[in-house]
Amino acid sequence: MSRYFTEEHEWVEVEGKIATVGITEYAQQQLGDVVFVDVPAEGKQFDKGDEAAVVESVKAASDVYSPVSGTIVEGNEVLADEPGLVNSDPEGDGWFFKLQLTDQGELDALMDEAAYKKFVAGL
Amino acid sequence: MTDNIADMMERVADRLLPLDAWHRARGARMVPFAGYQMPVQYEGVMAEHLWTRENAGLFDVSHMGQVLLTGDAPDLALEAIVPGEIQKLGVNRMRYSVLLEENGGILDDLMVTRRERDLYLVVNGACKYDDLAHMRETFPDEVVITLLDERALFALQGPKAGEALASLIPDVASLYFMQAGSFTLDGMSLWISRSGYTGEDGFEISVDCDHAAALADRLCALDVVKPIGLGARDSLRLEAGLPLYGHDLDESVSPVEGDLSFAISKRRRAEGGFAGAERILEELEEGTDRKRVGLSVEGRQPVREGAELFVGDRMVGKVTSGGFAPTLGAPIAMALIKSAFAPLGTVLEAEVRGKRIPVTVAPMPFVPHRYHRPKTA
Repeated sequence: MSRYFTEEHEWVEVEGKIATVGITEYAQQQLGDVVFVDVPAEGKQFDKGDEAAVVESVKAASDVYSPVSGTIVEGNEVLADEPGLVNSDPEGDGWFFKLQLTDQGELDALMDEAAYKKFVAGL
Repeated sequence: MTDNIADMMERVADRLLPLDAWHRARGARMVPFAGYQMPVQYEGVMAEHLWTRENAGLFDVSHMGQVLLTGDAPDLALEAIVPGEIQKLGVNRMRYSVLLEENGGILDDLMVTRRERDLYLVVNGACKYDDLAHMRETFPDEVVITLLDERALFALQGPKAGEALASLIPDVASLYFMQAGSFTLDGMSLWISRSGYTGEDGFEISVDCDHAAALADRLCALDVVKPIGLGARDSLRLEAGLPLYGHDLDESVSPVEGDLSFAISKRRRAEGGFAGAERILEELEEGTDRKRVGLSVEGRQPVREGAELFVGDRMVGKVTSGGFAPTLGAPIAMALIKSAFAPLGTVLEAEVRGKRIPVTVAPMPFVPHRYHRPKTA
């Protein structure tokens, strides 16, 4: 299992051909109190960079882009009733969706944790 | 941020509040607003909002324009551009009003207080220089207009604001909602009104910039007082049904359309004689094509400013401000809509990201006001 990160502050946890996607601790801090999350339905297909989910805080609405191409196998339904999980556990129970990877090679373009930490420190 | 704020930002470089360092030291996230770097939040909008509804919150609103009108008959001069009764406004009494364009559109909304020797106005930060220019242009030379830019302005708001401020300044307990007076604390001279923008009891406190940090420290040393950011100020005023200039009101909106007819005083209705009177008096008789209303929103997804409102295929209005109401745990909004659809209970659909969300015209305030008014027998 390995975890990747994007410059849009998403994390991608890969296990076999399945990637779990969420937003980072840094992102949830920037968003503030999350009040609504719209996750994609099973079977939806996304290219890398497509708008895949919506997260709304008290302050603003933000898009969550699919960091890799693939087909949704599961959206985190718990977030409909407990959007606050994105604040309390963004890199765990607050995950957004799981997708089946189309192209494992896309992962190479993402950052590892050390590189992401450095990226955030430079913001 | 909206276009109109973005425009401001281009014209005026960000200024720093007198308390800029004070806010940063308390963990505030600063954002550009109305030409200033403003504290948008400290610990988080939701927590700050709920704190204010239960305790007392201290807001730094020093970006707002504090303006004095002195000289010869400033009340008469002001009445030419506002529809409120100013001549008969009692000393240390205040009134909400709107600055009107010749065609009756709203240039700004403001508070007007009559003091012993002057009229004291508080106008929106983003509009203050335009307001000053407009007043200079329309007032006779005998009226002197002074921007008090050496004064900071705080709002202390919440159900515990009364006891909090009275613990430092016992005499403020005598003020009722929309009354004001001069007070002192530790040698600081303060102008304090019982008023605000949250729907709660509370005060607005004008203080010399040199004393602003000392005053903020005295207030925040009280257990029930915390500093609160602009984010919660917006969600609190939205729940209170109070319009925000530049969003719910602008120069295309008349006070009747803006549901502010209460601000058009009886004598002024009879006599007219203010900018836009012809249109506004006719609208009071005949009604308007559109109106500002409140909306309750189905589900949890916020419906925000700019969202279009539909009945079937017909677009009938637009959301002017909207968000999540922490006190209610649900989204709410304000909108300008065709008057035919303004009656309470009318169901419309808001378009958000290609999705239709049902909304219902709802009474405002969304959260009841709790102003400190005299008990009526």
